[in-house]
Amino acid sequence: MEDQKKDTVKMTGSAAVMESFVREGVDLIFGYPGGAIMPVYDALYSYREKINHILVRHEQGAVHAAQGYARASGRVGVCLVTSGPAATNAVTGIADAMIDSTPVVVICGQVGSTLLGSDAFQEVDVVGVTQPVTKWNYQITRAEEIPWAIARAFYIARTGRPGPVLLDITKDAQFGSLDYIYKPETFVRSYTPYPSVDPGLVEEAAMLINLSSRPMALVGQGVVLAGAEKELIEFLDKTGIPAAQTLLGLSAIPSKHPLNVGGLGMHGNYGPNVMVNQSDLVIAIGMRFDDRVTADPKRYATSARVIHMEIDPAEINKIIHADVPLLGDVKESLPMLTGKVSKNDHSKWLEEFRACDRVEYKRLVEREIYPDKPEITMAEVVRRVSEAYDDDAIMVTDVGQHQMISWRYFKFKQSRSVITSGGLGTMGFGLPAAIGAKLAMPGRPVCLFVGDGGFQMTIQELGTIYQSAVPVKIVLLNNNFLGMVRQWQELFFDHRYAHTSLINPDFQTIAKGYHVPAVKVTRREELDKAVKKMVSTDGPFLLEVAVEKEGNVFPMVPAGASVDEIILE
Amino acid sequence: MKQEFTVTVYSENRVGILNQVTSVFTRRHINIESLTTSESAIEGIHKFTVVVYATKEEIEVLVRQIEKRIDILKAYYFSQDEIVYQEIALYRVPTASLFEGNEVEKLVRQFGARILEMTPEYTVIEKTGHKNETQELFNKLDPYGVTQFTRSGRVAVNKLKKEPLNSYLRKLAKNGVNPEK
Repeated sequence: MEDQKKDTVKMTGSAAVMESFVREGVDLIFGYPGGAIMPVYDALYSYREKINHILVRHEQGAVHAAQGYARASGRVGVCLVTSGPAATNAVTGIADAMIDSTPVVVICGQVGSTLLGSDAFQEVDVVGVTQPVTKWNYQITRAEEIPWAIARAFYIARTGRPGPVLLDITKDAQFGSLDYIYKPETFVRSYTPYPSVDPGLVEEAAMLINLSSRPMALVGQGVVLAGAEKELIEFLDKTGIPAAQTLLGLSAIPSKHPLNVGGLGMHGNYGPNVMVNQSDLVIAIGMRFDDRVTADPKRYATSARVIHMEIDPAEINKIIHADVPLLGDVKESLPMLTGKVSKNDHSKWLEEFRACDRVEYKRLVEREIYPDKPEITMAEVVRRVSEAYDDDAIMVTDVGQHQMISWRYFKFKQSRSVITSGGLGTMGFGLPAAIGAKLAMPGRPVCLFVGDGGFQMTIQELGTIYQSAVPVKIVLLNNNFLGMVRQWQELFFDHRYAHTSLINPDFQTIAKGYHVPAVKVTRREELDKAVKKMVSTDGPFLLEVAVEKEGNVFPMVPAGASVDEIILE
Repeated sequence: MKQEFTVTVYSENRVGILNQVTSVFTRRHINIESLTTSESAIEGIHKFTVVVYATKEEIEVLVRQIEKRIDILKAYYFSQDEIVYQEIALYRVPTASLFEGNEVEKLVRQFGARILEMTPEYTVIEKTGHKNETQELFNKLDPYGVTQFTRSGRVAVNKLKKEPLNSYLRKLAKNGVNPEK
């Protein structure tokens, strides 16, 4: 007790927030000031040499930027916002981070504790509102709680299955003073972030793998979150098992890896979708059988045993029954499994995937990337940009047709190169997320693909790009439509285009207003030159391409169908 | 097939936990039939007993989703034959009704109920039992003018040899881990 007293320093709650950030290694936060968070902003002013603050234009943008930062770097993204409307604006980003397992800590201001529950100015029950969309949240009403709560917030956000944590700090707690001492959190008794791997189940899984003649790996973001890319490749290389990836799992395996068989799900590749119902053993690695992956789960992996390698017990048997539920961190369980499996070769089975690839190329890919019509396709733009970056950029997307096309046609050499809103499908995610990704990884090119609909949901973040000089490359694939909804209207609602046509502003003028250099391409022959210009420009750039107005994303697994009923055109 | 399950949840004693527990059911559109909450035998740990109708597949996932919440220590589910449970009901009747024949007194005897309080104006009868039993007594007493009736949520103990949470906490204590502040 004596010793402890010696180590403490008297400071305000607000200073304690900053000091705790420094102790957690935070050097960048995204935020927007306002009444109830002003004491913390005042403390930030004193810490401005240690902590950089990016002033966004809307709190949703702050959270998406923090998500982009976290997804690109693996570090915890941090946001600072005020109470009431600021906190509710942040909710969309928090929900997105929750469903996509992104480590984010959101600090929001709250009215003074004596005013709680009195409908005070800018008061919202933020803890109540965010309860279902946070991994943990907590309201701090006394300055002494701040170091404990922040230590716990960071620990919970980044460990186990990561997720967003929100701390709601009343204004009096920010103003109050405390004897500060910081102890990083290492244990919460009601929380088991890393369930221990059962060696018996590893044996069982290895036996199934050794006996299987048609095994298939489904790789999810869990591999990336665990930093187990190397362990995955070792497992795949030893067993020779073809590996497909989910939307968020993409880039965990390099595009050119010989066992990479492409993307799963609604707009994934033909091979992995069809073959999952031919497979006799599905090894799900850090993925959760999202409904966009499985389509009709009753007709998914119909002839396969299932090994589910997963860190979150709540995912086991949630959608697809696991014959071997292999709980634990895949960074730990994959090497155990690799140690137990025999060296194998499945080239004949792999060839069946390649045959599907050839069908997909012939019937679809070829005409998408080398179209014989005058209209520019999204796919050809994506492929040109990917090539211009030597297939080694961080690809950020918004949500919609362009997202699926970018995901299908962009190529990757290293992990953490796909940043997209998967689970929540949040339009407006892209632009701020790209800002965060670029600030996290200044040494890597960051290229955003965005549609004309989603762009306008967070377009004000161009102001952030200008003010903070963030060199994000923006490729706007403009078809003057809410394209994905229009596609569904065309296919499933008898061409009744209810409110999907957009009369857009002149994006070139908007970019000019924000001092972002921009080029617009309307003809194919201008494309290469424009892409080159974007790549060679220092700083931010907007490349707008007028793409085919009513292009559709294929392949497609229609809603309610089985994955093997995927249609190619 | 939906059946009755009793879910027991052990949590830290913190603001907002009830909301965390119930929102898992709300999300799945599962109605809570009965809910009881109070401190458990272990200081600082709260126990929730929740009765719901769900399928076995649903309840398995639900319980894991509850347990996933950070402040929840453990969650278990039990089918009806795995627990011993009880509810309590209170009935307020006009005391005059006891003097108009001996029917009310007979019912009290017959149902193993007892009289908790008697004033010149009203009498409070208490009955513990399962819902169908307390309901039956209500139906029988009602003609004599039940002015208030209230039934508690379920309390339950399971038939397992050991309380699973206790062994978990003992394991933690053995590893030298301090309880939550």
